[in-house]
Amino acid sequence: MIDYLRRNAGARRAALIGPAMMVIGVFMLVPIGLMAYVSVLERGEYGGVEWQSLSLDAYASFFFERELDGTLVVNTDYLQIFARSFGLSAVTTVLALLVGFPTALYMALQPERYRNLLVFLVTIPFWTNLLVRNYAWILLLRNNGLIDGALARLGITSEPIDVLYTPLAIGIGLTYSFLPFMVLPIYASLEKLDFRLVEAAFDLGADRTRALARVVIPLAMPGIVAGSILVFIPCLGAYVTPELLGGSKSMMIGNLIQAQFGASRNWPFGAALAFALLALVLGAMMIYALKVRRGTSEARA
Amino acid sequence: MNRLLRLAAAGLAALLWLGPAHAQDKELFIYNWSNYLPPDLIKRFEQETGIKVTLDVYDSNETMLAKLQAGATGYDLVVPSGYMVRTMIKQGLAEKIDAKSLSNFKNVRPPHDTPEFDPDSQYSAPYMWGTTGITYDSEKVPGGELEHTWKEFFEPRPELEGKVVALNDQVEVWNAAAYYLGFDKCTADAGEAQKILELLEKQKPKLAMYQSSGTIDRMVAREVAVHHQWNGASHRVRKKLASARYLYPKEGISLWGDHFVVPKGAPHMDNAKTFINWMLDPKNAAEASNFTGYMNAIAGSDQYLDDAIKTDPAVNMPAEYASRLRPSKDCSKESRELRDKVWTKLKK
Amino acid sequence: MSRPGANPLWRFAGVRPLAALFFAYLYLPIAVLLALSFNENRIATIWTGFSAHWYGVVLANDDMLRAAFNSVVIATVASLAGTFLATLAAIGTSRGRFRGQTAVAGVMAMPLVVPEIVTAVATLLFFVLVGFKLGLLTVMVAHTVFCIPFAYLPIRARIEGMDPTLGYAAADLYANEWQAFRRVTLPLLWPGILSGAVLAFIISLDDFVISYFVAGAGATTLPIFIFGMIRIGVTPEVNAISAIMLVVSIAMVSLSWLIGRARQ
Repeated sequence: MIDYLRRNAGARRAALIGPAMMVIGVFMLVPIGLMAYVSVLERGEYGGVEWQSLSLDAYASFFFERELDGTLVVNTDYLQIFARSFGLSAVTTVLALLVGFPTALYMALQPERYRNLLVFLVTIPFWTNLLVRNYAWILLLRNNGLIDGALARLGITSEPIDVLYTPLAIGIGLTYSFLPFMVLPIYASLEKLDFRLVEAAFDLGADRTRALARVVIPLAMPGIVAGSILVFIPCLGAYVTPELLGGSKSMMIGNLIQAQFGASRNWPFGAALAFALLALVLGAMMIYALKVRRGTSEARA
Repeated sequence: MNRLLRLAAAGLAALLWLGPAHAQDKELFIYNWSNYLPPDLIKRFEQETGIKVTLDVYDSNETMLAKLQAGATGYDLVVPSGYMVRTMIKQGLAEKIDAKSLSNFKNVRPPHDTPEFDPDSQYSAPYMWGTTGITYDSEKVPGGELEHTWKEFFEPRPELEGKVVALNDQVEVWNAAAYYLGFDKCTADAGEAQKILELLEKQKPKLAMYQSSGTIDRMVAREVAVHHQWNGASHRVRKKLASARYLYPKEGISLWGDHFVVPKGAPHMDNAKTFINWMLDPKNAAEASNFTGYMNAIAGSDQYLDDAIKTDPAVNMPAEYASRLRPSKDCSKESRELRDKVWTKLKK
Repeated sequence: MSRPGANPLWRFAGVRPLAALFFAYLYLPIAVLLALSFNENRIATIWTGFSAHWYGVVLANDDMLRAAFNSVVIATVASLAGTFLATLAAIGTSRGRFRGQTAVAGVMAMPLVVPEIVTAVATLLFFVLVGFKLGLLTVMVAHTVFCIPFAYLPIRARIEGMDPTLGYAAADLYANEWQAFRRVTLPLLWPGILSGAVLAFIISLDDFVISYFVAGAGATTLPIFIFGMIRIGVTPEVNAISAIMLVVSIAMVSLSWLIGRARQ
């Protein structure tokens, strides 16, 4: 068999990708398939589902609702919540990129013996628990908290900073939670950068910005893309940090779906929401992939 | 590579050693709220009966129900709130334990011995009960005192705007609004739901936040002056902040109780019954009360209660407020749907 | 890969201060949490004196220690398994285009996109349906699934843009594929693999929702334990156990670094 694999590139590829696909296939796709079935069922009187009765109520309620007099109207509530989560994710991804890129560059420039150490250093804080880190941020960001107190004592501010329970606090907290997920992929990409290329650019008269834009960033691009995916997508489902640091006055997709399996006990609707999200994200990814493919084929033409 | 393999081997060895044991007879798996059973009490139980207790935690009735509904087994004892007990019974998720026949059941104080959802105590036995009201800092409010009404919460005095916190709990906030407006909290009437929504929307800008975590710290640190809170938490606030007071709003206050239930398919039902019976003993119930800050349902436990609990009206409810208590109810799915819609609209 | 000549770091003068700021941002809450773990007072916002007694409380709390241990074991196994599968897959998808490429990318992305609560309930339903008894193993399996994409993406990013001729040259130099892999490909991929493994580890350590639903009796993990405290009130032992986890992680990292140094 080893011989067969050595000669047949296609089989080799399948053997390499196969195990991962099978694990995800069996333990993720099949369960999700079950959930797809749940989403077209009728909700149970006490929660759960009626396994025998089909109903498209869940999907309908995503877009429509019944007014007091019984007429069907378009319901934008859920769309608004979706839009908010998407917006927040986008902002967090950009912030993480701005903060993370220079750091990844710094790490890639270190001598070899320090680089592995830095990889760990970036992630050690995340051995603590999410809740605990958020509580620490609350102590730091509250009025009369640690930062406010320090600023006041140094005479820099005369009024409370009013950061906690605002979108700024959510931004600080969320970006914080996803830092390693942006830094490490970029670092992995940059680390193989041959800095002689950069030196060459400098020798040819480029200034720092040019060298950065023309040499470093394009080479780091796979890492930037990977990092952006690892931040943007999980961030869509984030709700603990926004709730704790934002005062819970607005709902995220995560809260909404969680509630369907919690207090509201409406499993089909929760499943339908999840599939709506899945469709949106996978759809966007496919459009992006198609554009890239068209772009490269055009470039080649 | 070798390092990784060695690590993996060590991990697997550890897991096999620490993994869940084969169903031994002298074991009990309790599924409970966190910090809800005193560790010392459990240790004493283990010593007196020789049964080894393993404690797992959940953070809400609903997630516990969802897990059991999806088919999870392995737990011998769960501690759901009253309305959840009814759901569990109706869904066939509770074992018949005939609590009435337990030797210590005679200690249970009425009316807890005949709960509406389980009148013959076939499936459940009471543990702790409490209320969800309002805690305020008497030094931070105008006049040093607030009236016993939900008005102070939904339409706070101008000086307190921005210093009020609501629980981030769909059910509790809705219930409070329903009491204030005089509606049935399980209403499925769209018109009433609309009125509740309007009340909540008017309140929202005056709130500092919706938050169910860190309620005790927040009050003690004097970040806010008024907090929607469970009475046991209120008691803990009062222990550190002497000026804290608890309100029993006249329009109605939610009464909830947590009960011991044995889930269907429990591997060690007899041990579970032994534990339940043991918890119905006055001394043990009092120890639990002293730890959690909530009142128990066992007659004769008063003599063992801490003075702090006995003298705190938040926990030891004055009799004149008894008429304000509103036991919890499990609402129809239409009602729940309305409630969820209102909550979503409030926070969209 | 050795770098000839002087360190070009000085050319990008802004990088060092920015990186310093980054690490300050990263460790600020950690410093707060460490300080708090020594606060005598139960209430986090009031400091009444230095005391190590919360550590005593933690060490006496068997349930909490068991939960922490479970978390570390699960994270170790899941991240190792996930990284292994992800490495293979990353190599498999790297050399050029192939049929079904988008499908593979889609499947890979699934654990990232589907909201955790949905995955959690779905996986539980599945386990119950097939009769897979809940326990520590079920958590490990569920965690491995989402560890795969978290490890895959950094490794993939690493491979992309790598000179493919290196692979062919290695195949020529070494008699069998395994040696070529071990001596050339693996060291080249190492920064990606390490990044992937480490990310998978922390994502597993922090997972609450999925763990909650698929854990068996007795398999409580630390996040479940801590989140369960919210209703009654998170107690300061949580700061102490987090500090202990930090110390453990630093110890493990230092150990591996020293071993690495000794090898050289």
